[in-house]
Amino acid sequence: MNIFFEGLAWVFDPAHYGGVDGIDTRILEHLRISLISLLIAAVIAVPLGYFIGHTGRGRTLAVAVSGGVRALPTLGLTIILALTLGIGLEAPIIAFVVLAIPSILAGAYAGFEAVDRRTIDAARAVGMTEWQIAGKVEIPLGLPLLMGGLRSASLQVIATATLADYVGGGGLGHFIFLGLQTNDYPQMLAGSIIVVALALLSEAIFSVLERLVVPAGVKSRAPTTVRTKSSRSRAVVG
Amino acid sequence: MIEFRSVSKQFPDGTRAVDDFSITIPSRKTTVFVGSSGCGKTTLLRMINRMVDPSSGSIEIDGENISAVEPVHLRRGIGYVMQNSGLLPHRKVIDNVATVPLLNGVPRKQAHADALDLLDRVGLDRSLANRYPSQLSGGQQQRVGVARGLAVNPNILLMDEPFGAVDPIVRSDLQQETIRLQRDLDKTVVFVTHDIDEAFLLGDQVVILQKGAKIAQQGTPEEILANPVNDFVASFIGADRGKRRLTVDANIAASGDDLLLVDAGGYAAGVISAPGGRLAVGNPSPKSRSISNKTDQAGDA
Ligand SMILES: Nc1ncnc2c1ncn2[C@@H]1O[C@H](COP(=O)(O)OP(=O)(O)OP(=O)(O)O)[C@@H](O)[C@H]1O
Ligand SMILES: [Mg+2]
Repeated sequence: MNIFFEGLAWVFDPAHYGGVDGIDTRILEHLRISLISLLIAAVIAVPLGYFIGHTGRGRTLAVAVSGGVRALPTLGLTIILALTLGIGLEAPIIAFVVLAIPSILAGAYAGFEAVDRRTIDAARAVGMTEWQIAGKVEIPLGLPLLMGGLRSASLQVIATATLADYVGGGGLGHFIFLGLQTNDYPQMLAGSIIVVALALLSEAIFSVLERLVVPAGVKSRAPTTVRTKSSRSRAVVG
Repeated sequence: MIEFRSVSKQFPDGTRAVDDFSITIPSRKTTVFVGSSGCGKTTLLRMINRMVDPSSGSIEIDGENISAVEPVHLRRGIGYVMQNSGLLPHRKVIDNVATVPLLNGVPRKQAHADALDLLDRVGLDRSLANRYPSQLSGGQQQRVGVARGLAVNPNILLMDEPFGAVDPIVRSDLQQETIRLQRDLDKTVVFVTHDIDEAFLLGDQVVILQKGAKIAQQGTPEEILANPVNDFVASFIGADRGKRRLTVDANIAASGDDLLLVDAGGYAAGVISAPGGRLAVGNPSPKSRSISNKTDQAGDA
């Protein structure tokens, strides 16, 4: 318990702020790495997931590849990439993108798949094009599940982004690795505490977003809310 | 006029849903496909708007083979009303009704004004325009579905068991509404149901189907009732069980000039007016026949 308070004290010590190694700088670095990784992952996984969800094609492949990718140890991947790409941001960001893709992909296609088939059939029958079905029906109705996928991806990336500094990428991992080398446990703990705080913050933001993107009209109907919840946990797992 | 010429449909899994089906569906009349579950009614209906393409044979609308018409274009010109209303849950009633006009580029204001008129037409209060489908009763949702089907003022209206999921009173209401609408609008209506009473009530032409969309009998309700061609039809319309053979029950006096009618099983089936003890023999206009009962409920569930 003592060491925990020392860690907390380390976090709130004004001397640890400002400059290249300041907590504030490192937090910003950490968030930047996480955000860039998430954005790149989303740019890749959302359209792909939408394609899978809309056409029903490639789902088995996606599940298999996602499963395989999830089994990759991110630290190992980071180091291997760093050996080829050199020290810096590229290697860890690629590793985090790989880490984030499965959750976002699953959220995207689960969101489409959760839309009532009869609703889609009706949209097609009244004369919507496939693009219009995707844009006007599947995307808005699938947003809550996509948000769920982004939420777990964000959590994973923020927690794992500590590894970036192992290959010189910066971020909050700096305090952990430096603390480890110098037996400075309060500093190590301080790094972890801040990472946990950021992870909780991300959870809080996404849980609000998830609720905000539930389309009006769906919100007011209790059964759908329940269905959204159960599918969400499926999105996180699958 | 819609023409099916030797149309067959085999689904990829091998199910032969429609087997060599030919028919002429006249314009500005209501044609009802009736048959038991799985006999291919929905498949037939969905071939008209190319939601299903035939494996062989051809379908023509006013002489034009629809296989050459781009599906999206074709569908936007044909109203489609389905059993579960098929409304978009995230759009307000008014936007649901205006869906296709908006897709077609009708200005929003105009589309909404038209949609409000359509709500009137299908007997819905305008105050419901800003609700979401989940905030409506099943019967109200069906009405919105009908309004949406009418939104592009199509010549053809396809209705797939549109009243299958509502209670009998609301259903009877909606049936009457459909008859009224058809009288006003003069559409070519193709209606699918498994309820023979509904078929006889709504249909100018009734087509009784067997598995594989084989036509068992086709004709006006009067023709079919008077002359079931075989046992299947007789059984389907209930003639064999005596459901359609009514006799006056002299033992029980109904109110006023009415006499009670019972079917062959002895169950009360309706009343017939007999002023002065003489049965009324008339020449009813086809649209005034009421096979099931004389429900005349106002309002909606
Ligand atoms: N997409 C499909 N793939 C395979 N088989 C199908 C498909 N759609 C329909 N069928 C089969 O074709 C047959 C006819 O189906 P259809 O939906 O036209 O029947 P229906 O008369 O409308 O029945 P219901 O009254 O139950 O709606 C059934 O055996 C059904 O299982
Ligand atoms: Mg059907």
